[in-house]
Amino acid sequence: MKFSKEELLKFYETMLKIRKFEEKVSDLFSDGHIPGFLHLYIGQEAVATGVCSNLKKDDYIASTHRGHGHCIAKGADVNKMMAELFGKETGYCKGKGGSMHVADIDIGILGANGIVGAGIPIAVGAGLTAKVKGQGQVAVAFFGEGASGIGYFHEALNMAAVLKLPVIFVCESNNYAEFTPREKHLPIQTVAERGSAYGIKSYMLDGNDVLAVYETFDEVVSRTRKGEGPFLVECFTDRWSGHFVGDPQRYRPLGEKEELQNKDPIIKLKVFLQQEYENANDEINKIHQTVDNELAYAEEFSKSSPLPHGESTLEDVYAQGKQYECNSI
Amino acid sequence: MSVIRFNKAINMALSEEMKRDANVFIAGEDVAEAGGSFGVTKGLLNEFGESRVVDTPISEGAIIGLAVGSSLTGLKPVVEIMFMDFMAVCFDQIINQAAKMRYMSGGKMSLPLVIRTQAGAGFNAGPQHSQSLEALLMHIPGIKVVMPSNPYDAKGLLKTAIRDENPVIFIENKMLYGLKGEVPDEEYVVPFGKANIVRKGTDVTIVALGQMVNKAKSVTKQLEQQGISAELIDPRTITPLDKDTIVNSVAKTGRLVIVHEAVKTGGVGAEIAALVQEEVFDYLDAPIQRVAAPFTPVPYSKPLENYFLPDEQKIIEAVKKVCIGRQFPQLVGRD
Repeated sequence: MKFSKEELLKFYETMLKIRKFEEKVSDLFSDGHIPGFLHLYIGQEAVATGVCSNLKKDDYIASTHRGHGHCIAKGADVNKMMAELFGKETGYCKGKGGSMHVADIDIGILGANGIVGAGIPIAVGAGLTAKVKGQGQVAVAFFGEGASGIGYFHEALNMAAVLKLPVIFVCESNNYAEFTPREKHLPIQTVAERGSAYGIKSYMLDGNDVLAVYETFDEVVSRTRKGEGPFLVECFTDRWSGHFVGDPQRYRPLGEKEELQNKDPIIKLKVFLQQEYENANDEINKIHQTVDNELAYAEEFSKSSPLPHGESTLEDVYAQGKQYECNSI
Repeated sequence: MSVIRFNKAINMALSEEMKRDANVFIAGEDVAEAGGSFGVTKGLLNEFGESRVVDTPISEGAIIGLAVGSSLTGLKPVVEIMFMDFMAVCFDQIINQAAKMRYMSGGKMSLPLVIRTQAGAGFNAGPQHSQSLEALLMHIPGIKVVMPSNPYDAKGLLKTAIRDENPVIFIENKMLYGLKGEVPDEEYVVPFGKANIVRKGTDVTIVALGQMVNKAKSVTKQLEQQGISAELIDPRTITPLDKDTIVNSVAKTGRLVIVHEAVKTGGVGAEIAALVQEEVFDYLDAPIQRVAAPFTPVPYSKPLENYFLPDEQKIIEAVKKVCIGRQFPQLVGRD
């Protein structure tokens, strides 16, 4: 597949934005600006970017607890994302969701999810809507290989296959289920094998190569739009950081982290760009500047945004009014 | 007015709402071809086709997931969990997803979905097919919980449930499916959070849930003959709960008996008793009594199940217990 320079630079920008967002929020977390848990997406940027670059605004994604990358790649506003992580009123969820629940229904993000595997059947539901409405949308479920041990994964694959829904199951095989290495929780070599048990055509690819991801999804998404789904795609990638920020990663073999740097999806694309285009560095530098500015603004926006008032705790529980629309407890 | 059975009332509500709104669809195990295990969805497949009446695999978790995802994206699912006991299989999707997503999104997401399920003992269906688990659901903010006691309410409440923008759990007691009752021929709905004062009275308030409303109703007639005027309240929905109607009634009668089929421990009755003592403790003339099942699983064998289920005699005893005293000297020493 031949990519234009613009396309390649756009991939670069999206991946860089994810990387820099994660680095920044990690620093802000360490400095005490962000409470709770942070599960970073660093190392996996090529997957979200390659997948979501094939999606339209009205396509759906159901994300994971490691969801920042998916949301950015699908077009989420980094100001609102970061403010949400700060627990501010201006955040996507008015400070009620936090890192694990960033959602933007207006651009098809059905939410990051704090429960491993829970987004998978939700994507199946969105796929049903897409099929019923018949407007050619697709629904993508992101999950890690650890989530393929969850019952919902199997139920969702079976259901989507039986009902022939336009759903793409995207497994980000990043080698660790929380703290447990792949070989200790997966009795088979690949999650892709599981697709065949449900009659679902499955693909495997190098998830650190954004061009490979894009190329496969170009085919898979268009076939899904035509009603040939569901599909399962296993993207082999690497989780650079721990399960969460602060995880000491004692389970990781010595030297592994250093090796991962050699598989950096962003460097890989950068080298490709430099080989293809003489003046690539100028444009790459420009992108770095743009992304840095954008994230500096997001930080400023988040820091200067107001915290929510305590009473707003009672809002948004139900569609009408506060806790209940009538007298109650 | 027509006289129809409870299951027909639900069937009519589904059919009418599916006609009214093309986004409404039904999904669940055996709901299409088979018409549901209690015949509730019979005929709907023929009427609306297989894209709107969807038979699913036996996957309760994915059924609720299907409802969550499709409701988030513009449809209005009415899914069925065949027996309430099976909700245990899909609690993540109910508790962590359906109930939380509006809140977690700061109010931007809407989940207009209904989960119909069937509860209760009386069919010798054993410990895994007879439970009443509404208290577990009442404990979860973000969902609404409906417990109809008659065909009129069943139809009107289900229509309200389908039109509601929130996740609603609609609990049908399996002993009620054959119950006949009057239902208007014209369109109507029954609002949530408005208790039904089934019978007015002055001496004691009885709050009964679901199927127990019918047992309490027959008890009130017997009590009348013994000189006790009981006010019977059917909350209809336990979330939202019509606190005012209950509290005002107790303030008037000074006595409260709560009747439900679920086990007494941690039951809805405990919540109602607590809120009454918070609001109108000083109006109470006697300790509140709860008539509920003992703290055991629902047994299989007939005499065991009969022992388990609250019956009219137990309700009468509880009422007499709170009524014994100054105003009812005739009750002293009886039974």
